[in-house]
Amino acid sequence: MLYREAGDFKTSYAADLQTFPIKSERILFWSFTAVAFLVVPFFINDYWEKSILVPFLVWSMVALGLNILTGYCGQVSLGTGGFMAVGAFACYKFMTAFPDLNIMICILLSGLVTAGVGVLFGLPSLRIKGFYLAVATLAAQFFLVWMFNKFAWFYNYSASGQISAPERTIFGIAVTGPNSAPWATYLTCLTIVFVFAWVARNLTRGRVGRSWMAMRDMDIAAEIMGVSPFSAKLSAFAVSSFYIGIAGALFFSVYLGAAEVTEAFGIDKSFTALFMVIIGGLGSILGSFLGAAFIILFPVLLKNLMVGYLGWPTDLAAHFQIMIVGGLIIFFLIVEPHGLAQLWRLAKEKLRLWPFPY
Amino acid sequence: MNVEFLFFLETVLNGLMAGVMYALVALGFALIFKASGIFNFAQGVMALFAALTLVGLQTGQVPFAHLINAIFGTEVHHFGWELPAIVAIAGTLVVMVAFAYLFEGLVLKHLVNQEPIILFMATIGLAYFLEGFGDLMWGADIKRLDVGIPSGGSFWWEDVTREWAPEGSDYFGMYVDKLDVVAAIVAVVLVSALVAFSQYTKFGRALRAVADDHQAALSVGISLRTIWVVVWSIAGFVALVAGIMWGAKSGVQFSLSLIALKALPVLILGGFTSIPGAIVGGLIIGVGEKLAELYIGPLVGGAIENWFAYVVALVFLLFRPQGLFGERIIERI
Repeated sequence: MLYREAGDFKTSYAADLQTFPIKSERILFWSFTAVAFLVVPFFINDYWEKSILVPFLVWSMVALGLNILTGYCGQVSLGTGGFMAVGAFACYKFMTAFPDLNIMICILLSGLVTAGVGVLFGLPSLRIKGFYLAVATLAAQFFLVWMFNKFAWFYNYSASGQISAPERTIFGIAVTGPNSAPWATYLTCLTIVFVFAWVARNLTRGRVGRSWMAMRDMDIAAEIMGVSPFSAKLSAFAVSSFYIGIAGALFFSVYLGAAEVTEAFGIDKSFTALFMVIIGGLGSILGSFLGAAFIILFPVLLKNLMVGYLGWPTDLAAHFQIMIVGGLIIFFLIVEPHGLAQLWRLAKEKLRLWPFPY
Repeated sequence: MNVEFLFFLETVLNGLMAGVMYALVALGFALIFKASGIFNFAQGVMALFAALTLVGLQTGQVPFAHLINAIFGTEVHHFGWELPAIVAIAGTLVVMVAFAYLFEGLVLKHLVNQEPIILFMATIGLAYFLEGFGDLMWGADIKRLDVGIPSGGSFWWEDVTREWAPEGSDYFGMYVDKLDVVAAIVAVVLVSALVAFSQYTKFGRALRAVADDHQAALSVGISLRTIWVVVWSIAGFVALVAGIMWGAKSGVQFSLSLIALKALPVLILGGFTSIPGAIVGGLIIGVGEKLAELYIGPLVGGAIENWFAYVVALVFLLFRPQGLFGERIIERI
């Protein structure tokens, strides 16, 4: 009853192609969005903002970006942390060099800068493939982190090597710096993520997205059919880095407030992002969100359980947590290698037929 | 010989030694990739785990002591015995074989025919799991590993090389760590043994058959699963050797697992599928890194060894996308 296409007639090609083809799905999506935009901001408190919702949104953005590159275009990247660092440092430089510039513009500009850097490090992908490329992207990770550490210009010659976000406002409301209210930071992130998820969805089902997928499925065949590997691969690197750069800017300015490059953008961030994409589902927009939610929420849950409920020492809980996360990743890969998004698809398929088995 | 040249020579020599240490880790990667097409990211953590187990067995720690104490409120930590090094090594080997067996049965078996990236992610999952598990089992404190390998600079070599410098110059001889020399000898023996094993034994032939073509190997009656257990056991053994060498050098602690990141450029430089490639790649990276630190480092502010190896590997890859010794990649539609 809940999920039926009965009575939902399509009369145009456009209606047939829409993202949510079934009415109840649209209702679900829009009510979910409405709750996120209109209800949550009134109830959000500091804990939910700092340890759950904002990191979830920022990481969703990272996962979206990586999913475009790895899930849609098939280029495995381990340089995500480095690209996030580019976004963060670009944002910091824009914020401090042009104090009057709106923070939104700073964030978008830092996305553009990261896109440029991404294209540069994407160039080897034209020649190197598969795991060789994955290891080559590690060069980006290590080189970028080293660069931001070594050249004091990037962190404005501050003694600690840290960058910290000055207070910036949108419509007179502080969204960065220590005085920002939880709902303001939350809404900023939500708006950006919402808009860019929408863009990503439409990019990936358009001509560009199809050329990416052709590259992923078989690059030589795609090339013979007239998809240029040069533009397809590099555009994937550019768009993906743009997303990751924006996420890095948000991560630093809105979420952390202050960051030190080796700690905040180390290689573990690259792996975290890759986990999200794989657990969520390669080549799925929804999967990026599900993966981010899982990887962010699960450790919080585990920690609350072990430290808060069982009363174990924190270091023991930390070891247990990392072990369980590793075990779960393997478990998920065995049970459903196509990720949480595939589970959702299967559930929908079952719901459509319910109560009949087929 | 003038002093400049002697410095250069010393750097190259130490680079070669460091390269051998990288190659020890890269070897484990190459073995598994060759036999199963799996890019085993957990190799570094396996080395850490092996070293932790070795130290734990040797000093008679109670496994999971921390956990037991937290749950039952007891105060156990050591059994109170000390095992000789050779027994502890044998014990660790048993543990690594058991690990290979379990991993094959619980994980690999279910992931047959999945895409390489899924298998790669599974090994990252394994890396996380082992990291947590090792810490949980043996504690996260830094441990000293001592199996009787000589370490420290070699005075004999210092004396010999001091003679080479011109009269009157204040040159004090070359510094070469004895541990590195031992590691180099062990690596050479290990590689020769592995090559001999894969070339001249029946099992080695089966191994190469599997590496060549899974399905064809299956069809002539080679058990894929047995081969995998064996390969992962050998990789566990290589991890143990690497763990002993690195552990004796810098103590057994979490950072030991990061040597995997050092081994990756070695690996892509040599080619994923080549055992000699791992050694030659290791030597090139080791020497390149040390020379770069000496000559390029001061120009850009130092600490370039983190990424320099990757850049060297990248440059090589641009000319040979399959690595120096990798099998030629042939693509068909």
